[in-house]
Amino acid sequence: MTSNQYAVILVYSTSHALRAERVLQKAGIPCKLIPVPRHISSDCGVCLRIKQADEEAARRALETAGVEIEGTHRI
Amino acid sequence: MIYFDNAATSWPKPPGVVEAMVHFMDDVGANPGRSGHRLSVEAGRIVYDAREAVAELFNAPDPLRVVFGLNVTEALNLALRGLLRPGDHVITSSMEHNSMMRPLRALEREGVEVTVVRCSPEGFLDPADVEKALRPNTVMIALNHASNVVGALLPVAEVARIARQHGLLLLVDAAQTAGAYPIDVQADGIDLLGFTGHKSLYGPMGTGGLIIGERVDPARLEPLKRGGTGSRSELEEQPDFLPDMCESGTPNAVGLAGLAAGVRWVLERGVETIRAHEVALTQRLIDGLREIPGVTVYGGLDATHQTATVSFNIAGLEPSEVGLRLDEEYGIMCRVGLHCAPAAHRTIGTFPVGTVRFGLGAFSTVEEIDAALEAVRQFAQEAQ
Repeated sequence: MTSNQYAVILVYSTSHALRAERVLQKAGIPCKLIPVPRHISSDCGVCLRIKQADEEAARRALETAGVEIEGTHRI
Repeated sequence: MIYFDNAATSWPKPPGVVEAMVHFMDDVGANPGRSGHRLSVEAGRIVYDAREAVAELFNAPDPLRVVFGLNVTEALNLALRGLLRPGDHVITSSMEHNSMMRPLRALEREGVEVTVVRCSPEGFLDPADVEKALRPNTVMIALNHASNVVGALLPVAEVARIARQHGLLLLVDAAQTAGAYPIDVQADGIDLLGFTGHKSLYGPMGTGGLIIGERVDPARLEPLKRGGTGSRSELEEQPDFLPDMCESGTPNAVGLAGLAAGVRWVLERGVETIRAHEVALTQRLIDGLREIPGVTVYGGLDATHQTATVSFNIAGLEPSEVGLRLDEEYGIMCRVGLHCAPAAHRTIGTFPVGTVRFGLGAFSTVEEIDAALEAVRQFAQEAQ
């Protein structure tokens, strides 16, 4: 079940998602922008998909860079 | 052909700008930040790249505090109308463009108090006069960084110190300086920086924006317009975070692709390098014009205290006549008249006739300056 290995980081806007993407790239954390899964949010925007193993490192990197996030969800 | 109208719109554009716009239209083209598919994400990334490039050039605290809009006029309207309330007092200068003056005069009718601090006939502002204009209800100082008529640089850093000392916001209209003169919003103490893409940032028209510093509370900022942002779609209320709260509607993404390329070009060449080139050419132009009998040059006459914009008149000739003949007989493009800045022309003593304005740019050359000087010499001689 590969889908169980992923988590998504929810952010406030596409601009925040793109900023977060840059921060994670610089921190060497693989990520991909994907549409927000409908069961998580009613939003029409994008979120960042990361490996669950990177969740803590990603949170730390984003916090250090001052990027606000709405939260993370395992998918 | 000699293009000396860079103070209005820079031309030509550096390599890469048109290519970036063509790439956007040919290969990307989707709505940025609205859908999750790859083209939409790529379009969003291109817009975000522009945000990062602008943030880097002006040392903005956060790329998400760069709000894009059509031009500096929209940026100034957002800052003024978005933050000033009836009963507030705002201080501005007598060298402002109508992009500052008209929104302020409209707000004045709605109960905002406006003080216009008089500048010298050369176009310079004494920070002490700003301090004298302070009132208990002063909340903002709003100034252009440099005049679009005579290029005079205003003492932003000194005024910023006054603003900090008294807890006021400083709004700077960088239409004439962004990309042509070093600006560091954090070091310079600029709370709100309005910029436009089509002048010294070498992007296309229809791009510009406002950098919103950390001393400005977004909750206090009233957006100019409301609408779809691609975020918080479940809500019928406007989002309350930057940049989305101020960027409703599909943006000029193709234009921002070009703006990003223009700003990258400025960063690569270096603002200091561009500035040195323009100072040398500007001084050559000022000195050359002053040698011609019958020619009056306005401003401080020292290129290190101004941008690459020079205003002058020829005795016995209307500016409009000079402009027409420069175009028709010498292929020199410039701008004549009042340059949307009646207050500035009153300050330097050229209202209502106006001046002839040469606006140089990063691609102007010594040969072009000398050819233009020859043309002016010819006209001046004939007019005597």
